[in-house]
Amino acid sequence: MTPPARGRLVPVWLWLAALAVCAVLAARATYTADMSAFLPRAPTAEQRLLVDQLREGLVSRLILVGIEGGDATGRAAASRAVAKALRSDPNFVAVANGESASLERDQAFFFEHRYQLSPAVEPARFTVDGLRAAIQDTLDLLASPAGLLAKAMVPRDPTGEIALLIERAGAQSATARNRPATAEGVWASRDGKRAVLLLQTKASGGDTDAQQQAIGAVRAAFAAAQPGAMELRMTGPGVFGVQARERIEREVTKLSILGTGAIVLLLLLLYRSFTALALGLVPVATGVLVAVAAVSLGFGTVHGLTLGFGTTLIGEAVDYSIYLFVQSRHPGASREAWVRSFWPTVRLGVLTSVLGFAALLFSGFPGLAQLGLYSIAGLTAAALVTRFVLPVLLPAGFAVRDISGPGAMLARLVDRAALLRWPAIALLVVAAAIVFMKRETLWSAELAALSPVSQADQNLDQALRADLGAPDVRYLVVVSAPTQEAALSGAERVDAALQPLVRENAIGGIDSPSHMLPSMQTQQRRLDALPPREELATRLREALRELPLKAERLEPFLDDAERARTRAPVQRDALQGTTIGVALDGMLARQPAAEGAAESWTALLPLHAPRTEGAAATAAAMDPQRIRAALPAAAGGSTILFVDLKREADALYGGYLHEAVLLSLAGLAAIALLIAIALRSVVRMLGVMAPLGGTLLLVTAGLALAGEALSILHLVGLLLVIAVGSNYALFFAAPGEAHGGDLRISPRTLTSLLFANVAAVCGFGILALSGVPVLHAIGITVGPGAVLALVLAAVFARRRAPEGHGASDAH
Amino acid sequence: MTLSWPLLRALAAACAASLFALPALAAWDLDQLMSQLGRNRVSRATFVEKKYLAMLDAPVTSSGELLYTPPGRLERRTLKPRAESVVLEAGTMTLKRGNSQQVLRVEEFPALAALTESVRATLAGDRQALERHYTLKLEGTEARWTLLLVPREARTRALVLEIRISGERGEVRTIEIEQSDRDRSIMTIEKATP
Repeated sequence: MTPPARGRLVPVWLWLAALAVCAVLAARATYTADMSAFLPRAPTAEQRLLVDQLREGLVSRLILVGIEGGDATGRAAASRAVAKALRSDPNFVAVANGESASLERDQAFFFEHRYQLSPAVEPARFTVDGLRAAIQDTLDLLASPAGLLAKAMVPRDPTGEIALLIERAGAQSATARNRPATAEGVWASRDGKRAVLLLQTKASGGDTDAQQQAIGAVRAAFAAAQPGAMELRMTGPGVFGVQARERIEREVTKLSILGTGAIVLLLLLLYRSFTALALGLVPVATGVLVAVAAVSLGFGTVHGLTLGFGTTLIGEAVDYSIYLFVQSRHPGASREAWVRSFWPTVRLGVLTSVLGFAALLFSGFPGLAQLGLYSIAGLTAAALVTRFVLPVLLPAGFAVRDISGPGAMLARLVDRAALLRWPAIALLVVAAAIVFMKRETLWSAELAALSPVSQADQNLDQALRADLGAPDVRYLVVVSAPTQEAALSGAERVDAALQPLVRENAIGGIDSPSHMLPSMQTQQRRLDALPPREELATRLREALRELPLKAERLEPFLDDAERARTRAPVQRDALQGTTIGVALDGMLARQPAAEGAAESWTALLPLHAPRTEGAAATAAAMDPQRIRAALPAAAGGSTILFVDLKREADALYGGYLHEAVLLSLAGLAAIALLIAIALRSVVRMLGVMAPLGGTLLLVTAGLALAGEALSILHLVGLLLVIAVGSNYALFFAAPGEAHGGDLRISPRTLTSLLFANVAAVCGFGILALSGVPVLHAIGITVGPGAVLALVLAAVFARRRAPEGHGASDAH
Repeated sequence: MTLSWPLLRALAAACAASLFALPALAAWDLDQLMSQLGRNRVSRATFVEKKYLAMLDAPVTSSGELLYTPPGRLERRTLKPRAESVVLEAGTMTLKRGNSQQVLRVEEFPALAALTESVRATLAGDRQALERHYTLKLEGTEARWTLLLVPREARTRALVLEIRISGERGEVRTIEIEQSDRDRSIMTIEKATP
């Protein structure tokens, strides 16, 4: 070949310039591995709340700790030591292990502020009649088994405010059956084999760095407790986030090394030349660099999973150089000849892949959209480099070694592949039957399907949750308001409006932040209801006239009431350091002003399922419509919403599954249209699409048989099967104009297809080994799918020329 | 949130939950009494409980029904002055009063465990279990006996000084609880006519 003319070098200069720009972009990109990218964007207010809860809410801040091994005494000592160390750690706002100290503080708080907190405090209660009725109630309580302790409080609280507060708190204890067991004075599992602790972190579960720090603190505290044979187990959203990140980082490195290694090995096997290997990797490396730069530009950050997914790009991008090197290796043939005869097919293949990935760009999951952009940018760059840059870079006389031997054998196989048509059709019918029979259970209907958490960890989490009776909040009323005071008074109105439903047991009970911190207005109204001491003393004497209780014994009550009357309402600060304060933090939160929205406050009111009789306390269902109808109208710039978190989660996922199906169908239609236009024939288009359709059917049936519930991610995988498989089908359908009337595919092309296929299987198949569900699902779908697509393309390829001489190479 | 108050309330319930039994025959000592009590079947009785409290000029009275189902379910259903129910079963205690219901795990509270065990063990005629928590003393005759239970543990003694159970043959008639502050309660049990 003659030395390249000056004009021919332009693509190389452009390429080098683009590489430099991309290198800078990639170097400056920020990388993340937080799983929240795979939480969907939420379209409705309820769903935004759900996603916020998953990311930021109280539930996201819990760390469940189990201490196993050793003996019960040792575990209890370790539990106390860990709790003591963590209580002084600012990373944690609450550390509960069953020790009773904090309960006493809570009790003291309730008693101290009973006149601000009790819903019964109003002027009528402190009239003569009101006092008589309240004290009569207290005497009734003394008669009951509960009287033993009520007795001690009568002199200070004869109207029974504390009893009322406790009864309201008791509404919650429909779930108290699930409270932790204790062993040696600290919480333990039911079987007593594990000490358990419940921690609440200061940082939200979505703040992976802070969670990692918190987990480190727990590990350090445990190690300092001289655990010996004991083991520390932790679960919780934050823990899972940290684990997922560590796993992703580990796996991305592992997958990249494995994928690159496998492909390098494959290319060496194919070419037996380091020059060819280096040149073959040029489009791949360019593709990866451009892809990272594109994602960084488009999304601001590059997700670790996108990089892991990038291995698949290596598998597909390397195909182009394989096609170029192998298919153009004719004695004396020019790259121009390859460009003329094969490039249109490769170009069509790239375009179909790009269309397939483009469907991902519109996904509601930011993570999937990244994968789409990454693949489109990478594949386009790799193809362009193969087409315009690589031919220029090839040294004069460059040729890969002759591999027509396996090619001829493949050609003979392909010729006979037609024999498999009927068995293949039978197999497809069976697959269709399997898919039809399993249609009900084919798709996973829960958001949990996307969880990055392994099954073993989920099981441990469930066990610890059962041990701890940790809250599993499902029904919530959410009040949003511009100020804390407005949010609290909104919560009070919701609480009051829903009380009739509680009395009917349509709701089991309501927790409200206003139970712990009533609005200032309400507190002041209650305090104003207390008469001055002299007045109260007069009324009390009158009220006690016919009761067996002497007024002289109630002096402490007069003192307490007078002290409360002249006091200010309780402020939030007063709750610091109590578990009530921790509970309040989870139910009353401030959202800082952001993106044009003013600062706002949110009060969360968890609703408990109706009480059920009997030991098997399965939660009865609530009637959302009744609850919505009973809610008060929003006032003063506040909003009030009833949310069923589980229903919203599943609806959200269902919506995205639906969206993904539509996007995939659109991608499929676009690919079909593109092929029909390129081949200028609907019949030939169908010839290309038919093996792909068969592949989808077989892969789906296979996954169903293997018991994998399909998620959005499998759907994405199926889309990728189309994108990758269409390349093979196109080569069989349009083996190149150079063949003239012969529709059979050349042995050389066959060899390139085989190696391209092996490369793709290496790239995707390795993902199947990943423990990260997102990557695993894609790998397990695309790996087998790529092989099946090639086989089916060969089986269903059209043939016009006579059978036999397989070695009939073109030219 | 959990307050220790309702737990103690349950404890009180445990003290007051009564013991009663079907009649039994045969010669008589503590072992014999235990074995007679241990033959309890499903039974129902009415009760009247009077509490004498230092702060009150007159005793407060409650009344209702007791239901016992061997081996371990005991329900005290108060009808007056206020409908209320306390069920002791399988290590949990369920208190229902008006709209509120509380379920407590007995094991979490050693004193409560001791008191409920006194009830369960007496009804089951389980002398060994009783002696784990109490010093036992039997007085009187088979026709009219009194069993004295004095708590062994300081935590229990802080609340209850002694429990005095009186009966005739295999039937429990009264349960008298003397509290550490000298307040006391007496529950009188009448076997319901079948």
